[in-house]
Amino acid sequence: MADNSERMSRREFLAGKVRLAGALAVCGGVALLRPRGAIAGTVWQIDPNKCTQCGKCATECVLGPSAVKCVHVHAMCGHCELCFGFFEAQPNALTTAAENQRCPTGAIKRRFIEDPYFEYVIDEPLCIGCGKCVEGCGTFGNGSLQLQVRHDRCENCNQCAIADACPSDAFVRVPATRPYLLKSAEGEQ
Amino acid sequence: MRRSLGPALALLALPAAALGEERFPPPEFSTGYQMPAPTTPPPRAGTLAVLDVVLLAVALSLAAYLVLKRRSRNGVFALMLFSLAYFGFYRNGCVCPIGAIQNVVVAATDRSYALPAVVAAFFALPLLFALFFGRVFCAAVCPMGAVQDVVLARPARIPPWLEHALGLLPYLYLGAAVLFAATGSAFVICNYDPFVSFFRMSGTVKLLSLGAAFLLLSMFVGRPYCRFVCPYGVLLRWVAPWARWPVTITPDTCTQCRLCEESCPFGAIRVPTPEPDPALRHEGRGRLAVLLLLLPVLVAAGGWLGAHGSGRLARAHARVQLADRVWIEEQGKVRGTTDASEAFRKHGHPTEELYREAAELRFRFRDAGRLFGAWVGLVFGLKLILLSIRRRRDNYEADRAACLACARCYRSCPQEHARLGLVIDETEVPDAVDQR
Repeated sequence: MADNSERMSRREFLAGKVRLAGALAVCGGVALLRPRGAIAGTVWQIDPNKCTQCGKCATECVLGPSAVKCVHVHAMCGHCELCFGFFEAQPNALTTAAENQRCPTGAIKRRFIEDPYFEYVIDEPLCIGCGKCVEGCGTFGNGSLQLQVRHDRCENCNQCAIADACPSDAFVRVPATRPYLLKSAEGEQ
Repeated sequence: MRRSLGPALALLALPAAALGEERFPPPEFSTGYQMPAPTTPPPRAGTLAVLDVVLLAVALSLAAYLVLKRRSRNGVFALMLFSLAYFGFYRNGCVCPIGAIQNVVVAATDRSYALPAVVAAFFALPLLFALFFGRVFCAAVCPMGAVQDVVLARPARIPPWLEHALGLLPYLYLGAAVLFAATGSAFVICNYDPFVSFFRMSGTVKLLSLGAAFLLLSMFVGRPYCRFVCPYGVLLRWVAPWARWPVTITPDTCTQCRLCEESCPFGAIRVPTPEPDPALRHEGRGRLAVLLLLLPVLVAAGGWLGAHGSGRLARAHARVQLADRVWIEEQGKVRGTTDASEAFRKHGHPTEELYREAAELRFRFRDAGRLFGAWVGLVFGLKLILLSIRRRRDNYEADRAACLACARCYRSCPQEHARLGLVIDETEVPDAVDQR
């Protein structure tokens, strides 16, 4: 019995030392990795300069309708009557009829301002982030339509499923304090 | 459109790389039209992330109190439901310590990656608690453990050989997760998390069916993910045996009544060892010596195999895939392009740069593959050694490494019944019958 208790106390002593070493290792290890930056860390965002509008944003996101939506930087928009983001390649007429629209869900609202200018507003709940309008605007227009991760919807997954599938490495981690990478007329915002 | 503007547009579209140029200058409006500004809804506030950490610490403390002090299964179950609701369905299972392993590895290998403080806290807190209280995180805080625990209906007894064999899987999974995170290829733990699609209520068919399979299995096998997959469980296994206040089945002394024997659905209760047969003991010593000599052989063989198989592993990295694709396209061995190779050409980076990058990655994969192979060899070797070492046990004990601190076994112990006053212990209260 004496032998037994001695064995136990020796074990207890050793365990105490191991515990101390373990606690120091965990705390020290994590501290060595220098957790830094904003408390919330980083969030995912699309670099519009790298985006090739492959359409994967609409299909790869873990959310039902994707967290990626088209954002319109109105300050860059030419407000054209023949908008390459709004209209199909060869529209029958410059009207809002569905067959003329490039957007598969009719999420771009076109409104007359003054001759010959029109306003184009994204109806976000309808937008699925397919990037078709972004492609049209970027190829022939000013590039004022841009795909962005909307942070009111994004789950900020550790491994963004779209980033995994993105063919052009356009998904980057950005500081949560500056969560958007919109191009603006003056350069990046 | 193309009919009328075609040639002019073709000219305009040529410098496509120079994005954002103003082909159509924004107009001056005469009607006083005000342009709407693009909205930029902010991400979840940092203060809420701090709240997550505080809740984690509170839940861990409460779990330790309920398991070790109150010894209450009902309390543990209630806390488990809270964790399932908050960390699972409300926070959608993210941040979690299991996935945080990868962030820690990336932070250690890629100096450009800043480890978020919240992720660091989620990684460290359950380990620190395990150092003192055992695996209380698994018991009532982990939402993935909780989702399996609540559906557990008829736990089957898993034969020891199968339990030992499947118990190696988490070590291999941890090795693979570290390998892919360290090479910057993928976060496999997050990609193949079977329950996160339930927490989010959306996901691919593949992931949802994987989750459904695990849930179905969890009805008949106690917590299959925790025992046979979870890589964070490996870290907890290393730490928990040194706990200051571990789970003890009985609140008093063990009377070896065997009533607790069948109470653990996770096979974590160890029975007293019989007196060893001297003849067998001699044989066991010989086997142990052989296994100790075998260990370095296994490690070396694993390292060699890992380094040789690293070419295949490297294909998991998107840049290596792209380099391979661009190479065979340039050589004319394949017709057509992929989205990735098209995007690469569109940006006009030189192909040599891509090849060089891929070659560097292959080198990294060779080192990482060698380490991974050596790790696999080490795990197998040590398992064999541990299987041939006997540790004397006089009482029924919870295996400190395997015990998930669920508090199920407590109620099977008659001493616990006495503690709770559910039975009248006549030896302690001699006139109990008279009082009645």
